[in-house]
Amino acid sequence: MKKKEQNDNINIIIKHDKQYGNQTIYFKNSPSIKSFYSIVGPKEGKGPYKKYFDQIVKDDTFGEKTFEMAERKFVETAIKGAIAKANFSINDIDMILSGDLLNQIISSSFAARTFDTAYLGLFGACSTMAESLAVGALLVDGGYFNNVVCSTVSHFSSAERQFRYPLELGNQRTPASQWTVTGSGACVLSANKKTKIKVKCATFGKVVDYGITDVNNMGAAMAPAAMSTALAHFKDTKRDPSYYDLVVTGDLGVLGSEIFLELMEQNGIKINNHFDCGIEIFDEKQETFMGGSGCGCSASMLNSYILQKMEEGEINKILFMATGALLSTTSSQQGETIPGVAYAVAIEREG
Amino acid sequence: METFLSYLAVFGVGGFICLLGQILISKTKITSARILVLFLLIGVVLEAFNIFTPIADFAKSGITVPIVGFGATLARGVIGAVKAKGLLGVFTGGLEATAAGIAAAVGFAFLFSLIFRPKTKKD
Repeated sequence: MKKKEQNDNINIIIKHDKQYGNQTIYFKNSPSIKSFYSIVGPKEGKGPYKKYFDQIVKDDTFGEKTFEMAERKFVETAIKGAIAKANFSINDIDMILSGDLLNQIISSSFAARTFDTAYLGLFGACSTMAESLAVGALLVDGGYFNNVVCSTVSHFSSAERQFRYPLELGNQRTPASQWTVTGSGACVLSANKKTKIKVKCATFGKVVDYGITDVNNMGAAMAPAAMSTALAHFKDTKRDPSYYDLVVTGDLGVLGSEIFLELMEQNGIKINNHFDCGIEIFDEKQETFMGGSGCGCSASMLNSYILQKMEEGEINKILFMATGALLSTTSSQQGETIPGVAYAVAIEREG
Repeated sequence: METFLSYLAVFGVGGFICLLGQILISKTKITSARILVLFLLIGVVLEAFNIFTPIADFAKSGITVPIVGFGATLARGVIGAVKAKGLLGVFTGGLEATAAGIAAAVGFAFLFSLIFRPKTKKD
């Protein structure tokens, strides 16, 4: 009997009504972004978007003994901040979804120790903000949870130790490199219909590898992933970039953005409203070379400037697409190429 | 005047070596560790062909302080030890000659790690 059932399942091809194309999911109940919170380090706090961040920490060790412990405190503060801004307590939150760049995502997991709620750790490297939003929206839209927190964090000094050279070595940064943002962002996704900013759909990316091996040039490694997800999104939704006020990418940086826009043009899609968080977060005088990077880059920009402007009604529709380079130090030491992934989330303001 | 000229030689040669290093960092993808080893090997080669000593007579600290000088000392130690003790000197000579430098590096690194904490790079 059981075997027959299984066979029947194989034969029936179900196209779920929430799925748009191959990679895109449409959220019928449109989970809303109830609150958002951003916290950044001193360098980001001197950048062009300083007035939009909720909190700027003057000392990037945040009073902790190590940079890793500081990073943990950043994400903890962002999650607490977002919950407080929603006028919630931790009892109202059903789950925290978070990820970061350190081995075994210790910043998120260790921060989750302090919260009395369920936790889902995610790893999508610098794409984690979009990934957590997409997964969080799934949980809320499906009616499984009422309120979830989506967050992510990165820290310049812990990322240098993790991926490049420890600061003690005093190495010079190469010209194609980006500057990992010290910062965190968190937002509360809610089934509550009263809030205006809604998550409408999400496109889950494929892992793409164009054979880049230079760990100091992540933008070039991630641009093809951004292209893959963007193409899938526009194909699945039958939209073109002008549907959105902004097509936001996470941290492609100067070089990565150029490659991304060129790749899109080669595929017949011209994006005139592109906004890269990595390029925007610092100004040229801050000598970050190719711009900012890291999970905290797109997270702190989305949960400050972008969502604030949406709340005020200056921006109404965005495609938030964050890209991640899925390498580890072991894989790059063994000479392997860098795979990338991108997740896209459409956020719209209603009313 | 003589002092001035000798400073000029020291900083000129030392600066030139740094310039080569900076070009390698900026224009190639060679990692810093490899650049370091490359300069060390250049020192070994210069010493092996007896070119290092004439340069050092002219540039003094300008060439002995950079890692090139360390490579030359290493090679000189090995050559000397091989002459004195035979082939076993290949293994003992290098470390014997550079023992002061290595011990100082380890010792001071330990000492300073106790005193100072790393800070994030400035803008």
